[in-house]
Amino acid sequence: MSAPQTPAGKVANYVDERTGAAKWLKKNLTKVFPDHWSFMLGEIALYSFIILLLSGVFLTFWFDPSQREVLYQGSYQPLSGIKMSAAYVSTLHISFDIRGGLLMRQIHHWAALLFMAAIVAHLLRVFFTGAYRKPREFNWIIGVGLLTLGIVEGFLGYSLPDDLLSGTGIRIAEAIIQAMPVVGSYLSFFAFGGPFPGDAFIPRIFTVHVLLLPGLFLALITAHLMLVWYQKHTQYPGPGRTEKNVVGYPLMPVYMAKAGGFFFIVFGVTALLSALASINPIWLYGPYTPGQISAGSQPDWYMGWLDGLVRMSPPIETHAFGHTISWNILIPGLIVPGILFTGMALYPFIESWFTGDKREHHLLDRPRNAPNRTALGAMSLTFILVTLLNGGNDIIATHFSLTINQIMWFSRIGIFVLPPIAYVITKRLCLSLQRADRDLVLHGKETGRLMMSAEGEFIEVHEPISKEKAWTLTQHEQPVALEHLTEDEHGVRNPNSRGSKLRARISRADAEQIQKPGGDTHREIE
Amino acid sequence: MVFALFMIGTTFSVANATTRQSATTLARSAAVDEGRQIFLKGCSSCHGLNAEGGAIAPSLIGVGAADVDFQVGTGRMPMADMTVQAMRKKPAYTPDQVAALAAYVASLSPGPAIPSADVINYERDGNTAQGGELFRTNCAMCHNFAGQGGALSQGKFAPSLMQATPTQIYEALVLGPQSMPVFSDKILTPTEKLSIIKWIKAAQAEPAHGGASLGRVGPVTEGLLIWTLGLGLLIGIAVWLATKAR
Repeated sequence: MSAPQTPAGKVANYVDERTGAAKWLKKNLTKVFPDHWSFMLGEIALYSFIILLLSGVFLTFWFDPSQREVLYQGSYQPLSGIKMSAAYVSTLHISFDIRGGLLMRQIHHWAALLFMAAIVAHLLRVFFTGAYRKPREFNWIIGVGLLTLGIVEGFLGYSLPDDLLSGTGIRIAEAIIQAMPVVGSYLSFFAFGGPFPGDAFIPRIFTVHVLLLPGLFLALITAHLMLVWYQKHTQYPGPGRTEKNVVGYPLMPVYMAKAGGFFFIVFGVTALLSALASINPIWLYGPYTPGQISAGSQPDWYMGWLDGLVRMSPPIETHAFGHTISWNILIPGLIVPGILFTGMALYPFIESWFTGDKREHHLLDRPRNAPNRTALGAMSLTFILVTLLNGGNDIIATHFSLTINQIMWFSRIGIFVLPPIAYVITKRLCLSLQRADRDLVLHGKETGRLMMSAEGEFIEVHEPISKEKAWTLTQHEQPVALEHLTEDEHGVRNPNSRGSKLRARISRADAEQIQKPGGDTHREIE
Repeated sequence: MVFALFMIGTTFSVANATTRQSATTLARSAAVDEGRQIFLKGCSSCHGLNAEGGAIAPSLIGVGAADVDFQVGTGRMPMADMTVQAMRKKPAYTPDQVAALAAYVASLSPGPAIPSADVINYERDGNTAQGGELFRTNCAMCHNFAGQGGALSQGKFAPSLMQATPTQIYEALVLGPQSMPVFSDKILTPTEKLSIIKWIKAAQAEPAHGGASLGRVGPVTEGLLIWTLGLGLLIGIAVWLATKAR
């Protein structure tokens, strides 16, 4: 190989001779990624995380995480001469006296809302397409971890300015900590360094918010992306796409340009939103004092479901051995979220248990071809939407002329009734769509042309669909229900008969499908 | 002579004063009569012919002029319907008619008077920042941190304060209309009431720092915006980017 002639080539050669990077880059820059808009949802989350890091660093230059009491003398007149914490004063200072400070605060907060929204949208895409199946179960768990950390990180950020809304949120967090039986009060005293509110909490959560959790985020996001890299990206089914290949474009130059450009678009949309719409106007809330509260106190949306659960729980308490167990906080605040997140994290394993499918999957499912999964997703989503709705019950009541009581009872009943209904409806919809697909493959697409036969009968002319389309509609495999085995082939009783029976039942529900057109039924005329 | 002149002068001034007094009394009684006529036409079907109250409406004897000024002046009375609570709407009567009604109801038995301009000189006697503290302690739990109003139980609500006039706020504090508690002068001194008024006036004029205010009802509208406009726009762009590549 001849020595490079151009200056750029010389520089590249110089670097390569010392690092050996060329071989690695050559291999990895040509790595192929499939192309679909829904694969960019995770990117939105990643880019808003970068925006959060950048704007967050700016905010730390002026934010003072201290609960030391100060007399406000700054430029926001309606709070002039009021006693408040240094944390709140510095947030007011950032908002009104630092050049670009308010914009940066708003970028940080809008990016946080976007980060969480994009994570949830990404999660839904991964769930409904079955992208979490082997070998990607660990990455699913990392994703659930990132979602959980995001909720905590967002809540801490919401709590830092020490305004009236922050304090209200922290008060509820304190109540949830205290609701833990036995250890609750000890944990609360440990977290707050004494009784609520104390003066230790904000400095502590500041360290967690700007150091500990971002560090964890960086580590987990790196692991998340490295696994995507190593396991390769999943792809939607289509002609030429198999479990063994990846059809798409190379990283360099296509995705370098696309992803880089998309980062700036995400940044641009966030900045636009931050320039046009106010978020968390802490100067209106006023400083936190435990004696004050505002109507319509709400958490940010990603905590709204939790607030909604707490709001709908009936006031049940047990008094035993001189202790009070507040079931009304314990159940909605800890037990239900615990079940939700554990169930979500374990779902890939649960699914592989009841389908008996232990193979690798790199081709995504079309949601209609997995009716049971899609229906379970719709069910969970309905559950969360009901809780989210109830989280905003007061705002909905005033703005839609309803009563809080109506919404609360709707939610209390709806939380049990609506998810199963959503399950049934979604499953039927999926099966109907399968029927539509089958019809399309067997009879072709409608052309809108009517033909009159010699006898005077009108027939709509159908045109056969393309081979590619027919392939896409019929490539999936349809699950077969697992048998309930009471004894094995040697006549030995199955020691896990009950588990096997349950599994067979779920598997039967999971395997409910409309028979896809096979080789023999293809082109069959009814 | 001096004495005589003094006597004449005194007599004259006393006589003069009496006529002036009787003139205002006359005017007041004219207003009371007018008020009575309005009352008989517009209010008596529920509140009774002599304001003694009825099955569906309370007695108005002793409620005072301030109550009439508040309820009728904000358009809450006459009520549009008998549902959960009276709504603020365009007043059915002119300010003069409201004053006449108030004079009539006040003539039945003494009650809280409409605060005079001197009493509610909040610009002079109030303090915005202190008013904010008092508002957040006493009012925000129902009326929201920015005075936008909020929900109460069973469909009742604390109304938005964005249209309330200083007199109406003062009257509401003194009277405690509908679900609102009474804030007597022992709970909030007149000066404190004026501070609250001054803060509410500042809240009404609050500039939109940081862009569109999104209703000042807290994070619910923010969450709605990020899911619709924010994520919606980005997904739209993602679809566009993915389509172009084909």
